[in-house]
Amino acid sequence: MKELLIKPELCLGCRSCELACAVEHSQSKTLLSAIREKPRPQYRVHVMTDGYGFLPLQCRNCEEAPCLNACLSGALHRDERGVVICATDLCVGCWMCIMVCPFGVITRKHAERRITKCDRCPDRDEPACVNACPVKALVYEEVDDQARARRRQVLAGLRTL
Amino acid sequence: MNIDEKIKQKSVDPASREMLQVAADQNIETVWERLEKQQPQCGFGELGLCCRTCSMGPCRIDPFGEGAQKGACGAGADTIVARHLIRMIAGGAAAHSDHGRRPALLLKEVASGNNQDYELVDIDKLKAVAARLGIAVKGRKKTAIAADIANLALNDFGKQDEAALAFVKAYAPVKRLARWQKIADDLSAATGKTIGILPRSIDREIVDIMHRTHFGVDHDPLSLITQGVRASIGDGWGGSLIATEIQDILFGTPKIREATANLGVLDKDQVNIVVHGHEPVLSEKIVEVATSPAMLKLARKQGARGINVVGMCCTGNEVLMRHGIPIAGNELQQELAIITGAVELMSVDVQCIFPALAELCKCYHTHFIATSDQAAFPGSTHIQFEEAEADQCATKIVTMAVENYSNRNRDRVYIPAVTNKAVVGFSVEAILSALGGTPEPLLDAIKSGAVKGVVGIVGCNNPKVTHDFYHIELAKALIARDILVIGTGCWAIAAAKAGLMQTGTAAQAGPGLKAVCEALGIPPCLHMGSCVDCSRMLVLAGALADTLGVDIDDLPLVGSAPEWLTEKAVSIGTYFVASGVPVHLWPMPPIAGGAQVTELLTQTAGEVFGGYFFVEEDPLKAAAEMEKIILEKRQALGI
Repeated sequence: MKELLIKPELCLGCRSCELACAVEHSQSKTLLSAIREKPRPQYRVHVMTDGYGFLPLQCRNCEEAPCLNACLSGALHRDERGVVICATDLCVGCWMCIMVCPFGVITRKHAERRITKCDRCPDRDEPACVNACPVKALVYEEVDDQARARRRQVLAGLRTL
Repeated sequence: MNIDEKIKQKSVDPASREMLQVAADQNIETVWERLEKQQPQCGFGELGLCCRTCSMGPCRIDPFGEGAQKGACGAGADTIVARHLIRMIAGGAAAHSDHGRRPALLLKEVASGNNQDYELVDIDKLKAVAARLGIAVKGRKKTAIAADIANLALNDFGKQDEAALAFVKAYAPVKRLARWQKIADDLSAATGKTIGILPRSIDREIVDIMHRTHFGVDHDPLSLITQGVRASIGDGWGGSLIATEIQDILFGTPKIREATANLGVLDKDQVNIVVHGHEPVLSEKIVEVATSPAMLKLARKQGARGINVVGMCCTGNEVLMRHGIPIAGNELQQELAIITGAVELMSVDVQCIFPALAELCKCYHTHFIATSDQAAFPGSTHIQFEEAEADQCATKIVTMAVENYSNRNRDRVYIPAVTNKAVVGFSVEAILSALGGTPEPLLDAIKSGAVKGVVGIVGCNNPKVTHDFYHIELAKALIARDILVIGTGCWAIAAAKAGLMQTGTAAQAGPGLKAVCEALGIPPCLHMGSCVDCSRMLVLAGALADTLGVDIDDLPLVGSAPEWLTEKAVSIGTYFVASGVPVHLWPMPPIAGGAQVTELLTQTAGEVFGGYFFVEEDPLKAAAEMEKIILEKRQALGI
């Protein structure tokens, strides 16, 4: 099964993923119109930096997801793709999920006492953030494929020693 | 030839489609593939929300409101958008005007006798320009008149006083001049800050933009945009107009003539030379040298039937308008011409020249010759052009081309058999002459409603738009609505290739326009020249306004840049708007991130200048909007 994976060493911090995420979660689905929409569309991927490198971070869809256990209203659930989804109408805004998420990728929905998070673009084959990344720091692939690629990198590194 | 569906999406031009198929079959990369590899493009850049002015940046404003709403210095979205936009205007005005400086300097050299390679070709134009500028003509030697014109023009580039440019005062219609002064006075009174609209010097207004957009200077969108307007007027009614007028004096004012357009003008049995770029100073000489008996003899010795000079882009438009030199194509065809394998030499000067050509030419026998001190291309051969030794330089270039003929690989030659005839050469003088010497017949046609109005379509191709599609569909939709279409640059080449510039094209026009075109023997789409020749459209609009005793924004005129790409197009659009003409654009310029700037350009400008910008992706909807604007203007005029 494909997963949304990150190659932080490639990220240049351009924040194209953030814009694409907001556009995908807008009414119009175009950048030029999305920026004028009320309420403003909200992105669910966050490009972080510590001054040295960048990390585009979104929900990791953990197997033992702390947010799922912490959600008292039942708003957070796992859909048929295995993605943790928030049924917004059930969310009571207790912020428990935000408090327990180890990655800090669940955020408050603009101007509402509810949360929002990555839904891994249910209407798309490939998540919008992945599609928007100009350097392929975000990829949508089998976990083992990435692991294999990283093993190859280790080998290539040894060769140059 | 079978054309892939994907290629048909790239261009509507049949010659280009064939060449794109050849390129695809041979795995040759063109601008379309390079643009594809650029996807996705940066959303901040697209919205104008990235500021790279200082090294605290790049700063970006979050258009979704979550992240930063100010740059590190505190500049908000509108400041950043406005600064970036007027820097684009500065780039465009600089390119056009620096082009104009060159013929002005040359005119001075010719007048003084220092340059013997060029001469004063059009004495009627010399006298007309002088008269317009208030330079005495009677009983004076033509070189003395020329020197005065050159000095006045050069003075407009670099003068340091506060007065408006001599060329602007001499050429802009009376009411518009007064309007600009009033706008400046009103804005100054309203803001308590001196705001100027009339340009003081062509160079100064561009420098002023670079100064005020430097870190920590001007941050007010209105103040920034008005300076952009000022520099653009210095381009349209200054630098570009100087280019047009002096080139006419030096090389002749275009007259109506028939010519051929599209890649099929390349000849399999002749030495093919493509002149590409924007300035006619060298290409005039290449044309002259290539037609000399000595060169013809040399070509025959190489086994060629002759020497075939063809144009590309606006250098092409210049020699097309003045000499009827065939035009091989517009901007997106520059690589395709090389891919025919039939080009011995491409000579380039400045502007709109892909650096990709140097590498591409290495796949063929084609010499890629750069000639300007301002334009070097890694991988090109540089032959420095100096006006003082123009004959020598042109001879060297043409000889190189001829001697390269035997290196052509005939197995790789593919020239699409696609050309169209076009009637070109519609300078303002040629239009007035076709009208019998005065603008009255055109005004009468407009008054009667036979011609509802005039739309000027200008420049560029952009691979984000299907090549030539918007240019052609818009022009067709307009003439069908009895709207006369005039234009320049890449639009004009697109229209010529599509057969819209034949007298027979009148059949595609509405009944009113058709009758007018047939009576005057002109096509319904008029080729007015290269992109600096957008000044011809201003002069024509000015002549119509002055004849009727109204301002330009009273006239049923609209402008359009439907496949725009360059900073020059931003400057052109702005001086049209400043002159009182509503201007349609596609694609969307990088301003959407600034709501206030967008409002200034699309609404406030209309209230102040009478011209404003509007954006529309669909050619038929754009044509309908243009007709609506024209009908409203007609109603206001009471016609």
